[in-house]
Amino acid sequence: MALTATAFEWVCTLVRRESAIVLEAGKEYLVESRLVPLARAAGAADVSAYVDGVRIRPDRKAQTAIVEALTTNETSWFRDGAPFTAFSTAVVPALKQARASTRSIRVWSAACSTGQEPFSLGMLLADSLLSEGWRADIIATDLSTEVLDKARAGRFSQLEMNRGLPAPLLVRHFTRVGTQWQVNDAIRKLVQFQQLNLTSSFAGLGQFDVVFLRNVLIYFDLETKRSILAKVRKALRPGGYLFLGGAETTLGVDEGWDRELIGRVSVHRPKNGGQA
Amino acid sequence: MRALVVDDSRAMRKIIAGALRKLGYETVEAADGALALAALQEGPLPDLATVDWNMPVMDGLTFVTQVRANREYRAMTMMMVTTEAEHGQIVRALAAGAHEYLIKPFTPEALEEKLALLGLLPEVAGA
Repeated sequence: MALTATAFEWVCTLVRRESAIVLEAGKEYLVESRLVPLARAAGAADVSAYVDGVRIRPDRKAQTAIVEALTTNETSWFRDGAPFTAFSTAVVPALKQARASTRSIRVWSAACSTGQEPFSLGMLLADSLLSEGWRADIIATDLSTEVLDKARAGRFSQLEMNRGLPAPLLVRHFTRVGTQWQVNDAIRKLVQFQQLNLTSSFAGLGQFDVVFLRNVLIYFDLETKRSILAKVRKALRPGGYLFLGGAETTLGVDEGWDRELIGRVSVHRPKNGGQA
Repeated sequence: MRALVVDDSRAMRKIIAGALRKLGYETVEAADGALALAALQEGPLPDLATVDWNMPVMDGLTFVTQVRANREYRAMTMMMVTTEAEHGQIVRALAAGAHEYLIKPFTPEALEEKLALLGLLPEVAGA
C-alpha cells in the first residue's frame, strides 16, 4: 500500500526535472494521494505499481499527467464554495426539522484527502448545530493511509491555510503551533478518519444523512461508478443528501436518484425517500 | 472593479496589482497608509483595498482603523496582505475592521479564493 522508496525517488526526479519543484523526503503522502486517481484510471493495483509501470515503459503522456498532478493546487478549504453554502443554508436547516427527535446527524466525507473537506464541514456544523446542543459525527475516509495520517494530525502549513479559509473561522478554530496551524479539539473530535477503498463494502460505516463524494467518481469506469452510487444509496438514511463534484452526475449512471437544485448546486437524493 | 493596493514594497505592489488585474481589476497603488488615505480622498472609492501591515508613516492597522471610522468608506472591503502571521494579529486586524487576511507568501489561487469568499471576484475571472 505505501509508496516504495524507488517509486518516490523516481517521481521526485521527474517532477524536479520537469517543473523545478522539489519534493522533499516526507512528502510521500502527497505523491501517493495526488497519484491515486491516475493509478486507478490506469487500472494499476496501487500507486507504486502505476509509477513502476511508467518508469519501466516510459510514457510521455503519463509523465506529464504525474507532473501536473503534483504541481497543481493544494486542496482548498470549502472547495468550490457553493456546495458548502448549500449544505449550511438549506441541508442543515432541513435536517434540523427531519431529525428533531434524535438531534443528531452523521456526515460522510468520502475521499477526504488531507482533511480540509471534513474539517470545513465540522466548522459549519459547530456554528449551526453543536451550539444548539445537537450531536454531529463526521466520518472521513480515503484510500491512502498517508493522507489520513496527515489529516488526523490536523496540522496545516501557512500555504494550506491561505487556501479558501475565511479569516474569522481561522481565528476561531485554529491555534498556531510553530510555523503551522492546528485545528482545535472541538472540531477535530467531530471527525473520525478511517481508511476505505470505495470499491469495497460500506457495511461497517453505518448510515448517513449527508454524503460528500466529490471529484472522485470521475476516475472510475461506468460499472464501478454504478456500484459505488448504489452502495451510497444504501448508506443514506431516508431523506438523505449526496453531494457530487461539479462535473459529476448520477444521470445515465444510477437511476435511483432524484436531483434537487439548491442555488446553483445539484444535490442528489434517493428516489422514494431512500432505503431501496 | 477597482482595487487599491497598499504596500511599501514596490515589488510586492507589482505582484499583487498584477494578480488583481489578471482577475479583471483596475488597480491603483499607495506606498503607505497615509498615501492610501489621500488616494481615497481623491476618489473614486475602490471596491477593495489590500493592506500590508508594516509600512512607514502609517501602518496598515492604523489605516484600517481610520477607514472604518469614516462612514463614507463603508462600502470598501479591506483585506490584510502581510507576512504577520500570529493568531493575535489576525484577531486584531479583524477587530479593527479588516474583512479578510491573506498571509505572504501566497499563490494567485489563494488570492482568487479569498476574493471569492468576499464576493469580489469580477465575472471575467475564471472565464
